[in-house]
Amino acid sequence: MFKGILKDQSVQTSIGVIFILLIFGSFILPEWMSNNFMYGMSRGLAVLGLMILWRTNLVSFGHALYYGFGAYAVALCQKFFGVTDILLRLLIAVAAAGLLGFALGFILRKYREIFFAMLSLAFSMVLYGLLAKAEFLGSTDGMSISPSTFFGTELGRIALFNFIGLVVILAIIFAQAYLRSSLGHLTTAIQDNEIRVEYLGYSVEKAIHIKYVISACLAGGAGGLMAASLGQVDPDSMVLWSVSGELVFVTIMSGLGNILAPFIGAVIFEFIRTYAFEWAPQAWQMIIGGTLLAIIFFSPGGLWSLFQKLNFLRKKNNE
Amino acid sequence: MQFLTTVLLDGLVYASYLFIVSLGLTITFGVMKILNVAHGSFYAWGAYLASIAIIYLGENEYNSMFYYFSIFMAAIVAGLFFGFIIERFILRKMYGEDIHLIVLATFGIFWILEDLILIVFGADPLMPYYPAMELGGLEIAGVYQGVYSLTLSGLAVVVAFICWYFLKKTKWGKLLQSVIFDREVSVSMGINVTNVYLITFIIGGMLGALGGAYVAPTISISPGFAIDVVVMSFAVVVIGGMGSVPGALIGSLMVGMIRAFAVHQAPVLELFIIYAVMAIVLIIKPQGLFAPPKPRKI
Repeated sequence: MFKGILKDQSVQTSIGVIFILLIFGSFILPEWMSNNFMYGMSRGLAVLGLMILWRTNLVSFGHALYYGFGAYAVALCQKFFGVTDILLRLLIAVAAAGLLGFALGFILRKYREIFFAMLSLAFSMVLYGLLAKAEFLGSTDGMSISPSTFFGTELGRIALFNFIGLVVILAIIFAQAYLRSSLGHLTTAIQDNEIRVEYLGYSVEKAIHIKYVISACLAGGAGGLMAASLGQVDPDSMVLWSVSGELVFVTIMSGLGNILAPFIGAVIFEFIRTYAFEWAPQAWQMIIGGTLLAIIFFSPGGLWSLFQKLNFLRKKNNE
Repeated sequence: MQFLTTVLLDGLVYASYLFIVSLGLTITFGVMKILNVAHGSFYAWGAYLASIAIIYLGENEYNSMFYYFSIFMAAIVAGLFFGFIIERFILRKMYGEDIHLIVLATFGIFWILEDLILIVFGADPLMPYYPAMELGGLEIAGVYQGVYSLTLSGLAVVVAFICWYFLKKTKWGKLLQSVIFDREVSVSMGINVTNVYLITFIIGGMLGALGGAYVAPTISISPGFAIDVVVMSFAVVVIGGMGSVPGALIGSLMVGMIRAFAVHQAPVLELFIIYAVMAIVLIIKPQGLFAPPKPRKI
């Protein structure tokens, strides 16, 4: 599965881009900018998960379930076991979300189209309903999270930023290896014709289940990293349905074309939000909503398709 | 006994306004196959327009009949204005696209309209309590209940009856049913489906706005208050069956009663239990409890 993955062109590009970003972020960029990159990369993991699902034409309107679950797993482990190590935090978030996704996957793998979207929405709102009212979890105020450590030493902002960058590189390698494997190719085939895939001797439900768990793990990891970098978890900004909507929005904005696209999209989204909030605090949602409509109408392939068009033009000129 | 009455009354009032709002959503879905996230914006705009009118009327001590007139006018204006703009200029260009894209587009519209409220009406909460105060309250089996809230249930019954009559007894209703059944055949039979879609969307929006406008005097209105209603009416519509009118009725009664019971018995579970029911219904019967049977087309 991982054979020759480092020779893959999009993996090489991604690693290059992220390394450059890490160097810039660590030494040159001002703090608010590298913060945006940090949040964008963390959320990008969840968007990558949604993108992997979307390739089978399954759109989850409840992925904040795993995003929030990962974040709350980190918060709870800190509260009860005093876990602050960043590696452990990441593992806990991924494992918790993965287990939940594995359990719910047995039900969700039978669903398609709008029913899949609705059932995942229902599951995420169940978690929201519990968290928003649970007194010992801080109800709507949420919980605060202490700074992360790494084998006993406290991590600074820059160190955390670099850690997240490395996690993103690993996730990209893994996701690309998955998409290139026969299992990954299978899921595109499922989108075309499920019955044919069954006749070829593969189990459609199993393939979707695996995909769903991978996607849940990525979203959980995103939640865990986001909790660590924000220092705060709360249901309204992590589990509510509008968060799921935001994640789906970033997915469509990035486009499904490339493994790096979700991260570019998520970073751009962070910047749009920061700038919109600064220029027009009363109308930042309007700007984001307008961006969403503009992308759906003028560039349904997402921002990545714009890059591709540019490439195409350049090639044409060269010829 | 008293507990039971409280739960029943509370549940009934809550179910009534959920029904009016969800009816709009389910009609839109049934005819156009669109899950309209922006339905919550209709609700919010109806509520805001009605509140502004009621506060103006109340402060100048107009005749109370004007309150009700302004509530219906607010619903009609909000539904007509935003319904026309959204359908004509955005959704009409998207029919036949991936259903998820359409949901996302309505989500974008929801965001835009949310901030438009903030810009137009400001962030201060509005409390148009005049009609509710004027009607006072009465005691039913030892439980105090506002009369205004009870008229809400009356309105729900009237809306349900009109909807039933319209769909089953009029020519327009039959046209609508044929469009629901098969869009292409209806076009070839000479039905102007484009217009049917536009009118359906406007009526759906008006119902959403009516729910908001009528409930406004009993609550305090502040930006962002519609965000819960969106997903709550989704729950109702999913439980009852997407596109089914009796389903919306049963769904809203179920959600209303369950919520009222939870609020009085175990407030911690208030939200959890509604969505748990939604999930369970989807697991057992994904089409919803009362979904219209799907004709097999060849």
